[in-house]
Amino acid sequence: MPVLAGAVAPRGASHHLVVVGGSYAGLQAVASARESGFGGRVTLITAEDHPPYQRPPLSKAYLLGKVAEDALPLRAESFYRDAAIDLVTGCRVSHLDPVRRTITCGQDRPMPFDALVIACGARARRLAVPGAELDGVVVLRDLADARALRERLTAATSVLIVGGGYIGLEVAASAASLGKPVVVLEAGPRLLARAVPPQISDHLVRLHRRRGVTIRLGTGLDRLDGEGGRVVRAMGSDGARYPCDLVVVGVGAVPNVDFAQACGLATPAGIAIDAFCRTGMEGVYAAGDCTVQPNAFADSPLRLECVQNAMDQGRSAGAAVAGRPEPCPGIPRFWSDQFDAKLQSVGLSAGSDLSVSRGSSEEGRFSLFHFRQGHLRAVDSVNRPGDQIIGRRFLAAGLSPTPDQARDPAFDLRTLLPVS
Amino acid sequence: MVGIVFVSADGGEREVEAPVGATVMLAAIRNDIRGIDAECGGSLNCATCHVYLDPACLPLVPGPSHDEAALLAHVSAERRPTSRLSCQIAIAPGLPRLRVALPEHQTCPF
Ligand SMILES: Cc1cc2nc3c(=O)[nH]c(=O)nc-3n(C[C@H](O)[C@H](O)[C@H](O)COP(=O)(O)OP(=O)(O)OC[C@H]3O[C@@H](n4cnc5c(N)ncnc54)[C@H](O)[C@@H]3O)c2cc1C
Ligand code: FES
Repeated sequence: MPVLAGAVAPRGASHHLVVVGGSYAGLQAVASARESGFGGRVTLITAEDHPPYQRPPLSKAYLLGKVAEDALPLRAESFYRDAAIDLVTGCRVSHLDPVRRTITCGQDRPMPFDALVIACGARARRLAVPGAELDGVVVLRDLADARALRERLTAATSVLIVGGGYIGLEVAASAASLGKPVVVLEAGPRLLARAVPPQISDHLVRLHRRRGVTIRLGTGLDRLDGEGGRVVRAMGSDGARYPCDLVVVGVGAVPNVDFAQACGLATPAGIAIDAFCRTGMEGVYAAGDCTVQPNAFADSPLRLECVQNAMDQGRSAGAAVAGRPEPCPGIPRFWSDQFDAKLQSVGLSAGSDLSVSRGSSEEGRFSLFHFRQGHLRAVDSVNRPGDQIIGRRFLAAGLSPTPDQARDPAFDLRTLLPVS
Repeated sequence: MVGIVFVSADGGEREVEAPVGATVMLAAIRNDIRGIDAECGGSLNCATCHVYLDPACLPLVPGPSHDEAALLAHVSAERRPTSRLSCQIAIAPGLPRLRVALPEHQTCPF
């Protein structure tokens, strides 16, 4: 990737930083630019009508009615004022002119920038089966989706979830907790196959089934049937009919790269960035779910979809804009809450050659420590957050317990870490 | 509403009001109290919402859970007997005013 080595980022008072995308990555980029001393003008633009807010609760506590909307904002309104950040909501950037160095929202006048951070995130992938456009077939990515889903969920009598990934399973757990009959169709042989090892998938199947969720593995969706424009049933690839009046499609997300792709900055797979979140264009950075970045845990550049990565990259991009580049730590971290199970991962388990467990699945509290050639690569946990932070510290320090130490719950792993 | 006094690392104080059902972390975010990062939004993942509860307030709130204690073992600023994760301190009905001090830093060096 052609990155201008050593290009000095603009940071004087007359300089204008524009950040496109008002969520974790974009907000962190503006906050970090200021914290790192950027004294120029800062504009944060988002297509949504709200200031940046938390997304993880949208499929969990918010759906359950345990968290109200006023608890979602990531920052108080005074933050934007005090940090002199112009927050522009309801504005979807449609064009980037790399020569004039401007961006444009629809019919608005082009806005010049000196530094740009693209943090447009991802959107929910849609289904390509007959009936996908019926009323009652929804996705969940933003607050508008969540509001609509919460309302429909209250009225629904039977819920079908397409896709046994994080979003699908979290919505399944929330819907089941609200007393709704729920069926999950997962085309693959196990749940969350791309993200977690089989032991965790198996634990989740048992957990969901125990709570009344019907899980059909190896079952795709052939078609959705409607009556009067509303979905009433699904036809599974197993030949079965599944009656449903609400279908939640959780089949992954695709990066928002439209305008970046049009000017050659991105491919459909995402915006390629280096360790400092620089794109191939001078003064243009990208962060969060819309990026692909080289990662020490993988052989090829990765697009990670998680809050921590969005914040890490946003921090790195903001610091670079202020002229204090710091590489992204690049340790993948993810969490999910389903029923009373807190699922967390740090590192990437793919490619490991030995996994040992600490704690037991029966107790509902266990971690899997994954090793490659005797060295720790990842930790996946259910209800053991302490192991996660320990795993994170090991991975960050490039240290490793032995597999025997990891599998012995009586052994205090902290003793192997440098004193903090 | 319960008053919460935040004492910053340099000694400055600010009192805010928090409704029952919120947490100390949420009150800090809503009022733009610097020094609490709360990267995970209160889901016991990040340990970046660390505070020191005033010793006089310790008996007023339930102690840390097993998982909170496990995370507290890794906070980036000094850990003290009064250390808590502010996202785990719920504002209960009848709670008198709380006083919490902010540590010098949150973000873990890892
Ligand atoms: C329901 C749900 C639950 C989740 N749960 C978890 C979890 O438990 N743990 C976890 O780690 N992660 C979770 N995630 C993933 C996490 O939310 C994302 O990884 C994170 O939001 C990515 O942040 P981002 O800033 O890169 O992009 P996004 O959050 O996708 O935000 C991008 C923003 O940019 C805006 N935008 C897009 N295009 C344009 C444009 N052209 N012009 C202007 N604005 C634009 C969008 O409207 C949006 O506001 C969850 C996601 C969802 C949807
Ligand atoms: S906000 Fe993350 S642990 Fe409290």
